[in-house]
Amino acid sequence: MSEKSEQQRLSVLKTYKLYVGGKFPRSESGRVYEVSDSKGKWLANAPQSSRKDARDAVVAARKAVGGWAGATAYNRGQVLYRVAEMLEGRRAQFVHEVADAEGLSKSRAAEQVEATIDRWVWYAGWTDKIAQVVGGGNPVAGPYFNLSSPEPTGVVVVLAPQESSFLGLVSVVAPVIATGNTAVVVASERSPLPALSLGEVLATSDVPGGVVNVLSGRTAEIATPLASHQDVNAIDLAGADEVLAKELEIAAADNLKRVLRPQPVDDWAATPGIDRMTAFLETKTVWHPTGSLGASGSSY
Amino acid sequence: MASAFDYAPAPESRSVVDIAPSYGLFIDGEFVEAADGKVFKTVSPSTEEVLSEIAQAGEADVDRAVAAARRAFAKWSALPGSERAKYLFRIARIIQERSRELAVLETLDNGKPIKETRDADLPLVAAHFFYYAGWADKLEHAGFGSAPKPLGVAGQVIPWNFPLLMLAWKIAPALATGNTVVLKPAETTPLSALFFADVCRQAGLPKGVVNILPGYGDTGAALVAHPDVNKVAFTGSTAVGKEIARTVAGTRKKLTLELGGKGANIVFDDAPIDQAVEGIVNGIFFNQGQVCCAGSRLLVQESIQDELLDSLKRRLSTLRLGDPLDKNTDIGAINSAEQLSRITSLVEKGTAEGAEPWSPECELPSSGYWFAPTLFTNVTQAHTIARDEIFGPVLSVLTFRTPDEAVAKANNTQYGLSAGVWSEKGSRILAVAGKLRAGVVWSNTFNKFDPTSPFGGYKESGFGREGGRHGLEAYLDV
Repeated sequence: MSEKSEQQRLSVLKTYKLYVGGKFPRSESGRVYEVSDSKGKWLANAPQSSRKDARDAVVAARKAVGGWAGATAYNRGQVLYRVAEMLEGRRAQFVHEVADAEGLSKSRAAEQVEATIDRWVWYAGWTDKIAQVVGGGNPVAGPYFNLSSPEPTGVVVVLAPQESSFLGLVSVVAPVIATGNTAVVVASERSPLPALSLGEVLATSDVPGGVVNVLSGRTAEIATPLASHQDVNAIDLAGADEVLAKELEIAAADNLKRVLRPQPVDDWAATPGIDRMTAFLETKTVWHPTGSLGASGSSY
Repeated sequence: MASAFDYAPAPESRSVVDIAPSYGLFIDGEFVEAADGKVFKTVSPSTEEVLSEIAQAGEADVDRAVAAARRAFAKWSALPGSERAKYLFRIARIIQERSRELAVLETLDNGKPIKETRDADLPLVAAHFFYYAGWADKLEHAGFGSAPKPLGVAGQVIPWNFPLLMLAWKIAPALATGNTVVLKPAETTPLSALFFADVCRQAGLPKGVVNILPGYGDTGAALVAHPDVNKVAFTGSTAVGKEIARTVAGTRKKLTLELGGKGANIVFDDAPIDQAVEGIVNGIFFNQGQVCCAGSRLLVQESIQDELLDSLKRRLSTLRLGDPLDKNTDIGAINSAEQLSRITSLVEKGTAEGAEPWSPECELPSSGYWFAPTLFTNVTQAHTIARDEIFGPVLSVLTFRTPDEAVAKANNTQYGLSAGVWSEKGSRILAVAGKLRAGVVWSNTFNKFDPTSPFGGYKESGFGREGGRHGLEAYLDV
């Protein structure tokens, strides 16, 4: 004991990696960039994703759509709740990372992390309720039965908010996957470490590989090819500034991606409405005749 | 096929409608000339007869109309919902009362059969106003929060295929939620919107709440780009929809788009053949196929292909093409020379690429714009006619063997508006309907519409829904 205290133990640093398709690759470009805390102290080298990384993430997200959208809502809720359980277990780690990333005191950072875990639980509970809230039967004037149900849009690109590195991040990622979409997430450019650590949590919580893919790097560089990608169905521009948001919205028009423009958020901790879920849902209306059996015996 | 005996002509009388030789723009409750004095003519597609001369709105007129709508917005949005509701109920009732007049007018200006304007368009137009009238004083119960607010001035651009119905889809929810509107009807079918202005006058609607600006694409572009417009709603082609999405990028304007489609109508081997044939005919030949949600790709299970096609051809031979005002007419005129040439060139391309066209014996009138109902066999997924929206009475027939193949082929398109599934097996219908990427799926029926039911597309068929509770969202600040 005495020997150890005399000689300060050198801590083991973590190599942060991307999270794509359930794996932890480095950027194919081999690039990293320096991430420092609010006082400028070096924290880690984060991968600086390239256009190729972005495209790979879309491929992974597309592959995962069928299974995730096709899972029962109950199952998705269970998986999401499992993520919250894992987050709770890593609470201390995230408090540390959020404090460093956002320059918060330990107690303020702890509040953020607790709110984040609770936010995740909130969305876990939504998976099997949203269809009842925004769908339903329509009283058509005729011998028909029809039902409108929400369905996931598909692959959603999420530009995470730049300032709120963890609560903001989860507030935009959870609603996208709760409803059965898969996500390509671009972490906060300056504070990507909580997002990259979230990838490690997702990897150990029954979330199928590819459902959430986390990229770090320069937001504009990664977002540009994603906004014009023909196999991306939607984009949340939360983390884009006004100029970039406009540019990306124009690119997104090419295949009529669903676009969620940057919304003014005063307080990420406030209870969110359902808008972030409905922004990435389609409505499908299925009709069927209800007329009585015809002479032929057909129920047409 | 020779018919056993001919039908006697059964024309609906034109005398119920009085078309003036010229019409102005409808701005702030008045008919006015265009600022630059421009006019254009609208013709009857079935005869090429000039029906009327219409003022053509330019940028200055868009300014005037948006300003009028802005002025009217404060009072209109502040009106208790129950009062707005009563205006909409009045409009619905007046439309019912003038239904025959409007049906004849629409048939004259659009070329579609009176059977359809009388039995489909007009009843649905009235129903939409009735439906949304009832929402006006119940918005806090619609699931968009306790006090949903209107957006302001809505700029709306509608197509020529269902002129009055598209107007109803746009104007009814806009007014119910407290917005005011500037609407641009299509250049080939401006008349029913101008008659609607008169309905608004009869209903005593406050000035400026509804403004109608006939014009071409540039008028629509000016309206969409106007800085004082808060909401843009467009129904039309995917190409124009994309352009509009680019125009409103970076603004706070709320946008909804109802765009093109290439609907798959999937017929399984256990489907009731006779009913399926009716559904296929309705799916592609209703409104001369000029329907965004038309079932323009028939996917038939290989084992019943011959039987189904025989039946279908027999049925097509009984369709009656001709004078749209004749009550026995099934197929009317194509809306414009331009549209006719688009259909013709795509059909030529289909033949050139190796698909085999077939049409029933069919005599086309000597004047007007006409195209015989056509079906193509030997079509593959790579063919232009299987991929591009033709927007005419042209059906492409493809085959499949398994349900998975049917789903894959149905979804193999940039569009995602509509689809049909025909089978007697409920589990198969539900399984297939669940996998189709389309906003509307009709099982064992096709082309059914109802104001209570949300309508709109996936993928490049646009975003947002019209109709039902969902349709309110497009006009509320949520």
